Amino acid sequence: MDCLLGIVGKDFVLTATDTSAARSITVMKKTEDKSRNLNKHIIMLYAGEPGDTVHFAEYVQRNVRFYEIKNGIELTPEAASKFTRRELANSLRSRKPYSVNLLLAGYNVKTEVPQLYWIDYLGSSVEIPFGAHGYGAYYCLSIMDRYHHPELTLDEAKVLIKKCIDELKTRFTMNLADFKIKVSDKDGIREITV
Amino acid sequence: MSIMSYNGGALVAMVGKNCVAIASDKRLGVQLMTVSTEFPKMYQATEKSYVGFAGLATDSQTLSERLRFKINMYRLREEREIEPKTLSNMISSTLYEKRFGPYFVEPVVAGLNKKNEPFICVMDVIGCLNEADDFVVSGTSSQSLYGMCESLWEPDLEPEDLFETISQALLNSIDRDCLSGWGALVHIITPERVITRTLKGRQD
Repeated sequence: MDCLLGIVGKDFVLTATDTSAARSITVMKKTEDKSRNLNKHIIMLYAGEPGDTVHFAEYVQRNVRFYEIKNGIELTPEAASKFTRRELANSLRSRKPYSVNLLLAGYNVKTEVPQLYWIDYLGSSVEIPFGAHGYGAYYCLSIMDRYHHPELTLDEAKVLIKKCIDELKTRFTMNLADFKIKVSDKDGIREITV
Repeated sequence: MSIMSYNGGALVAMVGKNCVAIASDKRLGVQLMTVSTEFPKMYQATEKSYVGFAGLATDSQTLSERLRFKINMYRLREEREIEPKTLSNMISSTLYEKRFGPYFVEPVVAGLNKKNEPFICVMDVIGCLNEADDFVVSGTSSQSLYGMCESLWEPDLEPEDLFETISQALLNSIDRDCLSGWGALVHIITPERVITRTLKGRQD
């Protein structure tokens, strides 16, 4: 079961996803990247129905890129999240809805504020200081509740995400392999290790 | 599992002396899990009217976006702001359009008309309008809210007294409901201005 985690810090957003791609009892791949970069500063993590996830994520990625080519300006995380939410809400009452849960993490270059959006498969969207999707949420949200604060530095965030990952390794029944951890800040998106 | 109690939420609106108040809780959850504690259910429709949506969060957001469009188009065509009563009828029609595949929301409208007369109403998922001259409630703790409002409300409350009344009615109702809570947001609409206050209730 996919686990997505996101934490907003002072001037960055830290995201983590598990890298295990499994079907029933078989693990097909342990190095899966469950995210797509929508633009230089926005990363979108996805989880849900296989196939729907990548298809929808790439659809959003292409539309965001198209907007930038057409208008010559980078979409803000808020705008990208509203677009994504609307697409999911329209899909909900269609013949076959997308079943994809997302975390949209980005750095707003205009207001210099990091933002994280929780979007579920029904099309509800909310801005959060930290959040998670999947079974991992039941274990990690309380840890984030305890240790998160708005002025979190990158080092503190790394410690916090490591606490969450260790908790999953200890108490979650599935072996979630390694976690891919990325940071989005004013300089863009980069992968880090904790 | 009921669709209307999937995300949770509570809304209440009350009439006072030349003022109205509308209040909601701030929780967004997925069944038993709380996702956000900053999700008030109300949206400002015009300068002197607010709409709140209790029920499924996705439909609440979709409807608020569609309504924003309709209100703006109304303003462009009529060159004036929409009145609360007209707005409620507009929402009612919007909901009934989806009679056989409805939006899972129960809206509450609260506002002052151009003569500063108070107006509140609530609707069901298919747009049945229910106007009241005292109070209206909606959401997962609606039954508790009915009890609280019935006992606490009295006519002709001044804005500050109305604030106390609506706050106590909401806070005590959501304390008994596991799907609502995590604080509350109250808007008091008076002819001069809108007073917005955040309440800190039981954070569970």
